[in-house]
Amino acid sequence: MFKGGILNMNFLIDGFLKAIALILSNDPYVMSITAVSIKISGTAVIISILFSIPTAILISTNKFRGKKFIISLINTAMSLPPVVVGLIVFLMLVPAGPLGILQLIFTPAAMIIAQFILVTPIITGISIASINSVGQSIRDTAFTLGGTKKDISLIILKEAKVGIIIAVLAGFGRAIAEVGAILIAGGNVAFWDAETDTYSSYTRTLTTAITLETSKGDISTSIALGIIVLSIALSVNLLSNRLQDRE
Amino acid sequence: MGMRLKIFLFLLIISTGCLSQNDEKTLNTISEPKEITLSTTTSVDDSGLLKILNQPFEEKYKIRIKVIAEGTGKALKTAELGGSDVVIVHSREKEDVFIKEGFGINKRDLMHNNFIIVGPESDPAGISGMKSGSDAFNKIANSKSRFFSRGDESGTHVKEKVLWKKIGMLNTGSWYKSIGKGMGDTLIAANAQNGYTLSDQSTYLKMKERINLGILVVGDPIFYNPYSVIAVNPARYPDKNEKYQMVMLYIGYLTSPEGQMIISEYGKDEFGHALFYPDAIS
Repeated sequence: MFKGGILNMNFLIDGFLKAIALILSNDPYVMSITAVSIKISGTAVIISILFSIPTAILISTNKFRGKKFIISLINTAMSLPPVVVGLIVFLMLVPAGPLGILQLIFTPAAMIIAQFILVTPIITGISIASINSVGQSIRDTAFTLGGTKKDISLIILKEAKVGIIIAVLAGFGRAIAEVGAILIAGGNVAFWDAETDTYSSYTRTLTTAITLETSKGDISTSIALGIIVLSIALSVNLLSNRLQDRE
Repeated sequence: MGMRLKIFLFLLIISTGCLSQNDEKTLNTISEPKEITLSTTTSVDDSGLLKILNQPFEEKYKIRIKVIAEGTGKALKTAELGGSDVVIVHSREKEDVFIKEGFGINKRDLMHNNFIIVGPESDPAGISGMKSGSDAFNKIANSKSRFFSRGDESGTHVKEKVLWKKIGMLNTGSWYKSIGKGMGDTLIAANAQNGYTLSDQSTYLKMKERINLGILVVGDPIFYNPYSVIAVNPARYPDKNEKYQMVMLYIGYLTSPEGQMIISEYGKDEFGHALFYPDAIS
């Protein structure tokens, strides 16, 4: 039992200290959750890169009807509400849904699909913007020097390299911080190992675990998870900013 | 054809031959762990009962139980959509509809505990010690004391609505806060703002250390909170027949003396008091 009030910070300090202890002791529950978080968001981003970057190059280096429309569509898709995407993925993947036969509901794959949908517009859109910013003079020079379309593409890629990396970091940053979509599509599942008396995450990520642990009143675990996800998000952003400065 | 290609095709044909010799069933067991999905309520999962209860079953039958914890409404809806194979919920009304519409079969009474009205020490509505839940609700409403509702179609929320309906209360007014959250969150909110709420015994006992709310009203028969286990009807999802067999094994285990004993003992060490009372007559 404790008394509330602004001047009573005991529970915060207590929670914070316990959180540090959890992190430093490599608490297996916290570590498994961190691993799942990075695995899901990392995989979603990697698969997205394979699709986004060729698409970005294709779109920005070609003229075609509706180009402006496509680009504005991509930019709008950047702000797709994650929970809505999660709901749609859930309804698609449940056995009653059109893709139910795949048996993917409440699996890491479902979460990767949801995050792929969220992250691809970001990586594609920002890549397009940075490719577009590669000066026309560079393209013209490459063409004049006898470059094929492929050569020109490679030159553009090289020039836009930093911008594309920033796009990927932005995508990853969004993915690692996301909670709504993966909560619905993944189910926040963890399995208990009787021998070690610890839970091990199956579809529980840093963000979805915080939701659960907070609702159970386990403040120290929530803070530990929060510190970790904050560190990852801040590192990603710091790196991105440093790259932007160098541009 | 090149030499390498010939060798490759040769090996391919050999291995295909070998594979077809094997028992198809063995192959399936190697590649996919046997698993059933249980959708249940946050109160059951948060109590910590499931990990203790499921473990002997998982070990004996080598079947993994994937637990999705959500409110009763969502748990049943997930089952309806085929997202789970078995449910453990606590809302007789919703369970009846679930079975009537053909989504669930083979329901068994599993266990029960009781709801309690909890609130701040100051007890502004003066309900401490009352024996009637509806009278207590009446006093809360009349005094416009802060009341926190889960508002999430959970078993607890449904029971709360039943009580309000009994006294003919329309829930208007800023004193009534419907927050759409789980039991733990709702207790935390009520604690933070010195409000009342209806809680199940087990979540309250688990959270007791962290909150300042006391048990004010207990014992009214209307507070009886029974949990059932229901299998998802395999007729709705024909390729789930194998899952259904495993679910019936699971239900058999839960309602067996072993399962029921675990339920009756759970919580006694930690809280000096069982969190659930077994109900299955097996």
